[in-house]
Amino acid sequence: MPSRRDLLKATGGLVLATGGSWLASHAHGADAVLGPAELPEGMLSSSILEALPGKVPLIKKTWRPPNYETPVSYFNETFTPNDAFFVRYHLSNIPEVAASSWQVKVGGEAIATPLEINLESLKRDYEQVEVAAVCQCSGNRRGMFVPHVPGVEWGPGAIGNARWKGVRLKDVLTKAGIRKDALEISFDGADSGIFPNTPDFQKSIPVWKAMDENTLIAYSMNGAPLPHWNGFPARIVVPGWTATYWMKHVTSINAISKPFDNFWVKSAYRIPRGKFPLIDRFISQETDVNTPITEMVVNSLMTNITPGQTIPAGRRFDVKGIAWDGGYGIAAVEVSIDGGQSWRNATLGQDYGRFSFRSWSYPINAGERGALTVMAKASNRAGATQTFELIANPAGYHHNVVQRVALAIG
Amino acid sequence: MKASLPLVVSMTLAVTIVYAAEQRVALKDGPGRDKVEANCASCHSLDYIQGNSPFMNRGVWDAEVTKMIKAYGAPISDADAKEIADYLAKNYGQP
Repeated sequence: MPSRRDLLKATGGLVLATGGSWLASHAHGADAVLGPAELPEGMLSSSILEALPGKVPLIKKTWRPPNYETPVSYFNETFTPNDAFFVRYHLSNIPEVAASSWQVKVGGEAIATPLEINLESLKRDYEQVEVAAVCQCSGNRRGMFVPHVPGVEWGPGAIGNARWKGVRLKDVLTKAGIRKDALEISFDGADSGIFPNTPDFQKSIPVWKAMDENTLIAYSMNGAPLPHWNGFPARIVVPGWTATYWMKHVTSINAISKPFDNFWVKSAYRIPRGKFPLIDRFISQETDVNTPITEMVVNSLMTNITPGQTIPAGRRFDVKGIAWDGGYGIAAVEVSIDGGQSWRNATLGQDYGRFSFRSWSYPINAGERGALTVMAKASNRAGATQTFELIANPAGYHHNVVQRVALAIG
Repeated sequence: MKASLPLVVSMTLAVTIVYAAEQRVALKDGPGRDKVEANCASCHSLDYIQGNSPFMNRGVWDAEVTKMIKAYGAPISDADAKEIADYLAKNYGQP
């Protein structure tokens, strides 16, 4: 349980974040904002709401490297505010990069004409494009794994949706004369570890994904420069794929003709082969037993109810939520209020494109006093749906178990 | 990116590490706590330990300490590694 001091902090954060109205309607929620009860006890008791510079109070998971989760109430908006967007770093040496001196080097053995591109050139010399896309940590909801697995014990808020503006990676690679033997595109960012033997955080993606018209070098998020904590001045955006590939503070991009040899690709961010209903493959990095994580699994989140909350009897109450997937687009969200026996379609909100959050709502007409359990299940246009049974994997990725929220009617 | 002098000069990166006020994590008292504080806190705040408790058994804590050394390059002696794993399993392990 949070200490008294932590609860006071949490309360202060809530008032700041929502002007106090949240507390009035969800008096039980001071604990719930720090994460669901399923999280490891030690995670819940060490979490506080705390603001990084330039951010509203977020759920502090770890201080150094900084890992901060977005409270669920922010997902009642389809686009996540920049100052509430989650923060995730692997390594502790995180320089503040100056826009005036930043440049990204484009090279590698499968590039004919290496380039150095500064921010001015990025904005002037390439077509400017924008895409609405979900950025989700591979380990979002890891803390809800049963049994628990080691790692940052995230609740449901290591995710956000934004309009990313920048240039197509494809256009940059084409200008640099990418060769036919390019196999993967690797990225490096400005952050690094403390000790020289700590593997630097670098990633690669297959060349076909890098040449997808939606994959960007982005410098703007929801119409504003990227916050420092989200990759200022520019980051890679890989719509549909988990955030591990979205290199922050990107400093180099290399086209290579051999599989990239780096710990963060070869050993980390791996899922067992054949267990998930995924389509995108990263073939040059597959082994007999595992493969790099690729696209996000279809998922949903109820955003305006918390377990144990009381909704009014005899009145309509709209359950609200979001749904997303790996870029095929949401086909339907079904809701059950009888513990999963019957399901009805929720009403989908505005479509901002197949990579974006899709909002949804479902009216409950609670008659008598009592209790009910709400469940929500999203399906995508590729025919995939959320799972009822956790798909176990050692690193705790792709948690998309159908959520159940028990409510009281009173 | 690995820090190197020419890079720092060419990009004028400010190498100051910017963080919110990291609070001192008061780990449970016990033999080995000093080794944990001296070794683990070089690279990460000690709330990583609290957050990953209390569900890991001795074997899993051993594997975590080994991963920090072998995969992440933490310069920890064998003797310290054993004391650290003992401490973690006893104080932050599966009850």
